[in-house]
Amino acid sequence: MIRFAFMRIASLAVSLVAASLVVFAVIEVVPGDPAAYMLGMNASPEAVAALRAELGLDMGPVARYVAWTTGMLRGDFGVSYTYRTPVAGMIADRLWISLPLAIYALALSTLIAFPVGVWAAARRGAAVDAGVMGATQLGVAVPNFWFAMLLVLVFAVNLRWFSAGGFPGWEAGPLAAIKALTLPAIALALPQASILARVMRSALLDTLDEDFIRTARAKGLSRGQALRRHALRNALIPVLTIIGLQFSFLLAGAIIIENVFFLPGLGRLVFQAISQRDLIVVESVVMLLVFAVILVTFVVDLAYAAVDPRLRRPV
Amino acid sequence: MRALWIGAALATAFAIAALVSFFWTPYDVASLDIASRLQPPSAAHWFGTDHFGRDVLSMIMGGARVSLAVALVAVGIGMGLGVPLGLVAAATRGSLLDETIMRGNDLVFGFPALLIAILITAVFGPSAVNAIIAIGVFNVPVFARVTRGAALSLWRRDFVLAARTAGKARARISVEHVLPNLANLLIVQGTIQFSLGILAEAGLSYVGLGAQPPTPSWGRMLAESQTMIAFAPWLALAPGLAIVLSVLGLNLMGDGLRDLMDPRIRRVRA
Repeated sequence: MIRFAFMRIASLAVSLVAASLVVFAVIEVVPGDPAAYMLGMNASPEAVAALRAELGLDMGPVARYVAWTTGMLRGDFGVSYTYRTPVAGMIADRLWISLPLAIYALALSTLIAFPVGVWAAARRGAAVDAGVMGATQLGVAVPNFWFAMLLVLVFAVNLRWFSAGGFPGWEAGPLAAIKALTLPAIALALPQASILARVMRSALLDTLDEDFIRTARAKGLSRGQALRRHALRNALIPVLTIIGLQFSFLLAGAIIIENVFFLPGLGRLVFQAISQRDLIVVESVVMLLVFAVILVTFVVDLAYAAVDPRLRRPV
Repeated sequence: MRALWIGAALATAFAIAALVSFFWTPYDVASLDIASRLQPPSAAHWFGTDHFGRDVLSMIMGGARVSLAVALVAVGIGMGLGVPLGLVAAATRGSLLDETIMRGNDLVFGFPALLIAILITAVFGPSAVNAIIAIGVFNVPVFARVTRGAALSLWRRDFVLAARTAGKARARISVEHVLPNLANLLIVQGTIQFSLGILAEAGLSYVGLGAQPPTPSWGRMLAESQTMIAFAPWLALAPGLAIVLSVLGLNLMGDGLRDLMDPRIRRVRA
């Protein structure tokens, strides 16, 4: 296990360096001079020169890459050109909305998908199963931002149970904040729950066909007991994979959903940064999200190996 | 089987709407008619009109063209690059080349289409072409992985062994014996990526990273309808339903095709 973990950490480091090179390279290919690009067409040459010096554009690309990455390792993401404040602080503020939103949605999707998937698998072929499969087929096809708009129409505009958008801040108390994140989290969770329920069902059906389940039934366990004691745990591996993958999709999806609900999260930050050509902010947010995706994949890999020793041998 | 037919019917309907929009739409999508703005669905305007008086049905037809074109080209990019990469990786299994391709895949997989689109747009500005590139790039590792996985098991089959003993080169075996046997799988995966592409295009144009006005697009129609949803809900319903039905159609078609082509699954389900 230690050797396995060591190999995975080495490959994690390589992935992160490669990802940072890609992000850096894309921003590098900005047509012309990044400083002139960020300042727009009417910038004076002095302003461009000043920004060039500030961005370190007079250094070579290698020196700039090293400065950027070592800065990030120290928690220094540079200074936003538009807001004149450190990017790290801006991101930290926004993360307090985007991250809880993604976690809330992941929890909701898991809480819905597990029982639904198990129920459908246990009643395989029955009306319940067909209903779940039909509903999840629909759930996968619904774009989450459209579902979010429908939720606003029903629960905010018509029933007035929730506000249509905005965020009171965590200072307003956790309950008010969680309430503001509830509709967005439901909108994010629905398509993911549909996928997860389908995976849960098919993984369970696969294990229910295995010999060890027949053995368990033969020694006198009921179908339900065999399912709970033996099938569930063995069905968890594919389900874990999907949950890991979903977290990264939820973080990215949160960026879009924040737009529907006017939540001041990472999404709003990055779209404003795009329109203001604030490349330093764009670069940092994208790098942070890629880092999150790669890290989650790494943790899922380790979790597998902990669950299933067979996966520890080198591939 | 029923799923396959329903799916194929839905998908065909949208393909026809997209094709017809090239030479005919009920109204001109670019012409504004302020006098008849925000009209609910009626005989003259089946899906109503928007805040500029544009006919929503005509815009849905034009949007179908953009959606299908973006998703189709993105699948083409994914297949065109991903399938050869997967074939090479499988043919050189365990080599440094295989390892490099697969790690490169993992790396690209760490960039969801939205992040690629954000990066490209930040540098080159928003356009439908950027959306195609972002979704296409994300499709590459998907096809490479599927191709490699299936090709690896084909390489162990007797007919490939026979071709090898006959002295055929690995590249020729990949093209002449492995690839034709992957066609079914790739068609199914292509259908799934096609529907994901439509969803991704809608999401990107919703946040302004896709097709730009005056080109109609479902995602942007939804973005524009958002402030009017309380008094003109048809503006949000029509494009939303268009996305759901086309994605649902393609998914049903993909599932149906998979069941049809894989007798093992047909048996398990029965």
